Amino acid sequence: MDMLILSSVAVSIMAASTPLLFAAMGELVAEKSGVLNLGVEGMMLAGAVLAFIVGLETGSGILAIAAGAAMGALMAALFAVLTLGLLANQVATGLALTLFGIGLSALLGQSYVGTPIPPLPKLSVGGLSDIPLLGPVVFGQDALVYLSFAMTAGVAYFLYRTRAGLVLRSVGENPHAAHSIGFPVIAIRLAAVLFGGAMAGIGGAYMSLSYTPMWAEGMIAGRGWIALALVVFATWRPARILLGAYLFGGLTIAQLHMQGSGQIEIPAQFLNMVPYLATIVVLVLISRDATRIRLNAPASIGKVFHPDG
Amino acid sequence: MQSDASSTPPAPPSAIRGAQATPRLRLRDVTKHFPGCLANDRVSLDLQPGEIHALLGENGAGKSTLVKILYGVQSADSGTIEWEGRPVDIPNPGTARALGIGMVFQHFSLFETLSVADNVALALGSGTGRDASLIQEISRLSEEYGLALDPGRIVHELSVGERQRVEIVRCLMQNPSLIVMDEPTSVLTPHEVTRLFSVLRRLRDEGRTILYISHKLQEIRDLCDRATILRGGKVVASCDPRVETPKSLAALMIGRSFDGPKSDKPVSTGAGVPLLEVHGLSQEAASPFGTSLKNVSLHVRAGEVLGIAGVAGNGQNTLLAALSGESVSPRDDWIKFEGKSIGRVGARGRRDMGITFVPEERLGHGSVPDLSLDENALLSGWRRWGLVRRGLISRGKAREKAETVIEAFNVVSAGSSAAARSLSGGNLQKFIIGREILQEPKLLIAAQPTWGVDAGSAAAIQTALMELARSGAGVIVVSQDLDELFMISDRVAVIFDGHLSESRPTHATTAEEVGLLMGGLFEAAS
Repeated sequence: MDMLILSSVAVSIMAASTPLLFAAMGELVAEKSGVLNLGVEGMMLAGAVLAFIVGLETGSGILAIAAGAAMGALMAALFAVLTLGLLANQVATGLALTLFGIGLSALLGQSYVGTPIPPLPKLSVGGLSDIPLLGPVVFGQDALVYLSFAMTAGVAYFLYRTRAGLVLRSVGENPHAAHSIGFPVIAIRLAAVLFGGAMAGIGGAYMSLSYTPMWAEGMIAGRGWIALALVVFATWRPARILLGAYLFGGLTIAQLHMQGSGQIEIPAQFLNMVPYLATIVVLVLISRDATRIRLNAPASIGKVFHPDG
Repeated sequence: MQSDASSTPPAPPSAIRGAQATPRLRLRDVTKHFPGCLANDRVSLDLQPGEIHALLGENGAGKSTLVKILYGVQSADSGTIEWEGRPVDIPNPGTARALGIGMVFQHFSLFETLSVADNVALALGSGTGRDASLIQEISRLSEEYGLALDPGRIVHELSVGERQRVEIVRCLMQNPSLIVMDEPTSVLTPHEVTRLFSVLRRLRDEGRTILYISHKLQEIRDLCDRATILRGGKVVASCDPRVETPKSLAALMIGRSFDGPKSDKPVSTGAGVPLLEVHGLSQEAASPFGTSLKNVSLHVRAGEVLGIAGVAGNGQNTLLAALSGESVSPRDDWIKFEGKSIGRVGARGRRDMGITFVPEERLGHGSVPDLSLDENALLSGWRRWGLVRRGLISRGKAREKAETVIEAFNVVSAGSSAAARSLSGGNLQKFIIGREILQEPKLLIAAQPTWGVDAGSAAAIQTALMELARSGAGVIVVSQDLDELFMISDRVAVIFDGHLSESRPTHATTAEEVGLLMGGLFEAAS
């Protein structure tokens, strides 16, 4: 019985952390190229609603996830046209993108509110998935959970082991120097922003296809903002983003169980705050070395780049 | 086709020295317009294999623009470029590198948070700083040319001289036959300059061409085989710098005869009560990459100029912040002004006492780039000039003060309402220095007062600083330019790794001795 509770807690922690991990990894790549896209929440919402619609209409999980990614990337493309092409302010444009995503997703999803959808299938590997605790956690997840881990490892490998990743980091640190060496700064940033959008879209798709397999207005409920905060407080390091996402997911579930148990005399509102506060405090404490922050933070973040400026 | 040039090793010097072969690079009538100015006006230039060719000119003469066109960072409006006799088009830096043109930038184009090897890899066509073959090649080249480098170090940890070595090695990795160097010595110690020159001569003797951009006339005479002089975007002369004098070169460069700073050295009695005394000052750097101060002591008397020499990044910024009050000291009595302890007095309080400050960074620290000159006058002078009454700015008075500065210091601008950004470096610096001097300070602290400033403006600034000291104020000048320090200061001290040496009268020491101190050889020099 205890084993069952433990494994269901572990599974729900993973479910709570996965969307954050996707969105934060995408935003990490965009920010490492020097672009601050505050529209994560909006891109996640747009990805969530389109993934849900496509999933409901076609019945295909893969198509639904692809639609979520495409929608996120499309939103990011809009952001890129404005900030990279027309040199609009990144902060203002990102905020506008979130507001746009909230409205657009509500409009698209209007007639789907409350309709249930079968959740994404979970992996089932013969007897392995039946091992107590380990089985459901390691062998019983849906494809997106595994993908989120693969993406984390992939992003870390890409950024720190490949030439393309090196070029991307150099653009984020000093776009003028990168330009004078001859790198296509705008094109590299565009690719990074689109990747960030697609990942946010997949994070949104996970919410509407697996976490709560249905569409509800505003169902991302601030997770886009948490993902943004994770990237900064984890000082732009993939492993710390993974840690932060799971810390946050874990505390969210833990405090829910504490509320549910009814044995603790703390108002629910305070318990609700715990994950936010604790995640930030922990990440700040492990990342307070100023030199390391400067080494990892993309120096040109949020600044408009123009080749002649 | 174009990659041929880079893979062919440069011809041996013997083959090219005698006969006037095809020039390596030939520019014909290159013209470039910017809104409101003609940066290059039908510039023609021939660069031969195996020569060090100086490109000489004041700020704004069009040197940088010409170099950017050569390297494909900007494109010319008209004119032709021939490379080894063939007409070429250089639309981007990649093409320039493929032809065999290498560039060492004035403001280093390095990525501070990446390793030396990563920085080199980025400039090459492929690979990352983890490739063993690349690391080996960097070590081999740096050994061959005596440019000591550790490929694994992160660039932000490196001194300015080391950063330049990275740039040079990065450039040499591509085996260029033309190397463009934009003011490479402005940040080096005399010892480092000597070493750089021997590397450059060696590169020339291998048959490479070096285009050497500078406004340091003595260096050009020491190093270069030919000189082309730009003025107002045009080629005004071409000469052999070895047979010219610095004076004649300067005259060609600025278009009139040139006498240097006009004031005699301030006559310091060497006695009297110190105006400012710093005793045992130890202070943490404000930024993680800064250098902290360790037990620094100095004093300045009224009527004298104290020079502080040192290679950038040895604690100058921390010292300047501590002296100006931008960061207060841990203890009040570590800094005394006219006998009063002021260590914990902030920048505004020190200005009220009569300490004014000219920071190194002109745009963004010494002035707000987008604000007009009268607003910039207001920002530092509002208390000493009384430009604010009951919380309201008196605009008219601020404009009057700005205009006084413009007139007294001969600042070329579109009037006091011109944005600070619109002024050339030299003129903005004259404005900032003038603004601080006309506030009648008891002590003026100036950081790199003539860095990147053309010769005419530099002379005016140096004259003004000496006259200020002669009128009875104390002056502290922090500079990397030893010629300047020896010209204007009575005493000179050297800062190295957060330590400050004892000061010495400038008439009792030499540039070589100070140069040794700048390299950290405190014992060897004493």
